[in-house]
Amino acid sequence: MAGTGKAHLRRPEDVLLRVEDLVVEYPAPGRKVVHAVSGISLDVKAGETLGLVGESGCGKTTTGKALLQLLSVTSGSVILDGTDLTKLSERKMRRARTDLQMIFQDPISSLNPRRTIGDIVAEPLHVWGPHAEAEQVRMVDEMLEAVGIDPVLARPKRPHEFSGGQCQRISIARSLVLGPRVLICDEPVSALDMSVQAQILNLLADLKADYNLTLVFIAHDLAVIRNVSDRVAVMYLGKLCEVAGADDLYDHPAHPYTSVLLSANPEPDPDAPLDLESDQAVEMPSPIDPPSGCRFRTRCPNAAEKCAAEEPMMRSVGDDHFVACHFPTL
Amino acid sequence: MPVENAPNPGYGTAADATSTPLLRVDDLHTSFLLAAGEVRAVRGVSFTLERGRTLGIVGESGSGKTVLARSIMRLNLGGNVTTTGNVELDGRELLDLTPREMKHLWGTEMAMVFQDPMTSLNPLVRIGRQLTEHVCTKFGTGRAEARRMAIDLLKEVRIPEAEARFRAFPHELSGGMRQRVCIAIALACKPGLLFADEPTTALDVTVQHQILNLLGREQRERQMAMILVTHDLGVVAGRTDDTIVMYAGKVVEQAPTRALFAEMRHPYSEALLRSIPRIGQRSHTRLSAIIGRPPDPIDIPPGCPFSPRCPYVQQKCREESPPLVAVGEATGGATGDGSHLAACWFPVGSDAGRDAFARNLSDRLPQTVVVAEGTEFAESTAGGAAPDPTAANGSSEEGGA
Repeated sequence: MAGTGKAHLRRPEDVLLRVEDLVVEYPAPGRKVVHAVSGISLDVKAGETLGLVGESGCGKTTTGKALLQLLSVTSGSVILDGTDLTKLSERKMRRARTDLQMIFQDPISSLNPRRTIGDIVAEPLHVWGPHAEAEQVRMVDEMLEAVGIDPVLARPKRPHEFSGGQCQRISIARSLVLGPRVLICDEPVSALDMSVQAQILNLLADLKADYNLTLVFIAHDLAVIRNVSDRVAVMYLGKLCEVAGADDLYDHPAHPYTSVLLSANPEPDPDAPLDLESDQAVEMPSPIDPPSGCRFRTRCPNAAEKCAAEEPMMRSVGDDHFVACHFPTL
Repeated sequence: MPVENAPNPGYGTAADATSTPLLRVDDLHTSFLLAAGEVRAVRGVSFTLERGRTLGIVGESGSGKTVLARSIMRLNLGGNVTTTGNVELDGRELLDLTPREMKHLWGTEMAMVFQDPMTSLNPLVRIGRQLTEHVCTKFGTGRAEARRMAIDLLKEVRIPEAEARFRAFPHELSGGMRQRVCIAIALACKPGLLFADEPTTALDVTVQHQILNLLGREQRERQMAMILVTHDLGVVAGRTDDTIVMYAGKVVEQAPTRALFAEMRHPYSEALLRSIPRIGQRSHTRLSAIIGRPPDPIDIPPGCPFSPRCPYVQQKCREESPPLVAVGEATGGATGDGSHLAACWFPVGSDAGRDAFARNLSDRLPQTVVVAEGTEFAESTAGGAAPDPTAANGSSEEGGA
């Protein structure tokens, strides 16, 4: 949306993870405030994959980190299975993170270069147990095997001996070794070679089924998001634009911003319709001073006076299809 | 050695009288000597580029595409670099020129836009001076005149408030704006050949679209030749005349872009196109991933470099390196004019290729089995209509199991 609202949320008892009115703000020089995330509400059912898509600076990574309480949330709540994570003490939050894990964009820098793969994957077990070494080795081996890494060869090696794709597999193994329920994937394939991307996406799909995972998948690549997601939320400048089932959203985009994104996506097909004309510099406004009303209005082809005066609220435009726009295209 | 650098006011029209191609690259090899061994980054690349045409060079990281572009421009400096072969620009051999002589060609005859617009601009110098510096030294233009030209260029690359931005530092601009400045610098001395090396990889999808359109418009209006280096098949698809696909330092396939996408003949190109998720595919479509990863450039396997991952691989592929030859006649396809080249003993779509695939499938070769299952699925979804939903469900369940 370039707007707020909770019309798209489902019944709290049906969802595993629920985010309400999440606001994250940072101080900026000159007593200004960066409005990174401004009142987002989301929910994810158990076993579902929620895709979070938007351009850089839209707040999608901030949202991902806020789910894990890796940064301090200005206001709002993150409810995992009935527990509001924003209210937990640091100690209780550490315990809660065993249920909520994250994998990052750059697989190489997210692994400690000085430690062996065996140590890296066993680290969560050192903290939470089981502490028996034989048991740990068994669990590490099982996990490495599950992500397609030969445990006996890999355990004594260090991250630099592996390629980016293999490092991403190892960081997935580390994130799953405690048996979390929710896995937050922040651009997990955007640093990988194209021929390796598909391997990791397929692996995540397999692991999701094998381990009953619920995924929040953050990416800027629209094709990747459609491929992995059950439900997709489109973000712009700290707000949600549109939430719908993956296929519904791509086949029938209702928000003008979704359409803009879809038409800019480079399709590997010379016969796909391609606008070769628009080369004007149109960019996202600063999150320090976001536009009034609908935040997308400065770039919106359909913007009217109402869009500057009044912030659009999430509303239903179809079966499980929600949009925050005064003039949806659906 | 100096001076062929007189600005050629209407290079587009002046150039087309001659019959030599603008750029001819013949058997180019580039290697780097490192402590770990010799990295053979480019291993025998040949192609020609006519004036005013656009060429896409596609490959993954480590395929040699960037080193190739830099070798042509002679930007690979250092004592550990060896470049052999021939690079002729307008009939003149570039590899024999001294760095001083090359300097006269940079900017005026060939220029490059780099991937990261932050590191290719000097952070301490206002963008105005970075633009005019170039024009002043090449043409001896006066300051006021250079300033006027620079502001015109900033306007041309659609930078709003060009006069104000003239005095800005790079960090005051967004990534997309910086890349526009880099494009303006590259265009300042009216080159006949522009290299764009992953010009939009660091940018958002909507900004990428604007920048690619800007490059395309400049290329058309200036009748400039352009080489677009990218890892993204989607970037070359609608925007280049011809495309080269590189793998492990070699050209594995080369064709007019439309013909390439219509009928990929090299197993690597085919596999690459098939492995990327498409925006039109249903959610949870099982991707047909390529097994393994690209070879280590220090230790490239003998024979075809793609052979360890190739679903069509035969014993011959592991021993003999296939030459880049015309394909298309075999199938009697639309590309029988010899413009579609592939370096493969068993090209996709040929009888030899089909036989090789069938043999591997009956031997249960893992990479072949993966593709066979992927193909089956791709065909059943592409078939549309009735079998479609069941096929999609079946496959995603299989993927999950």
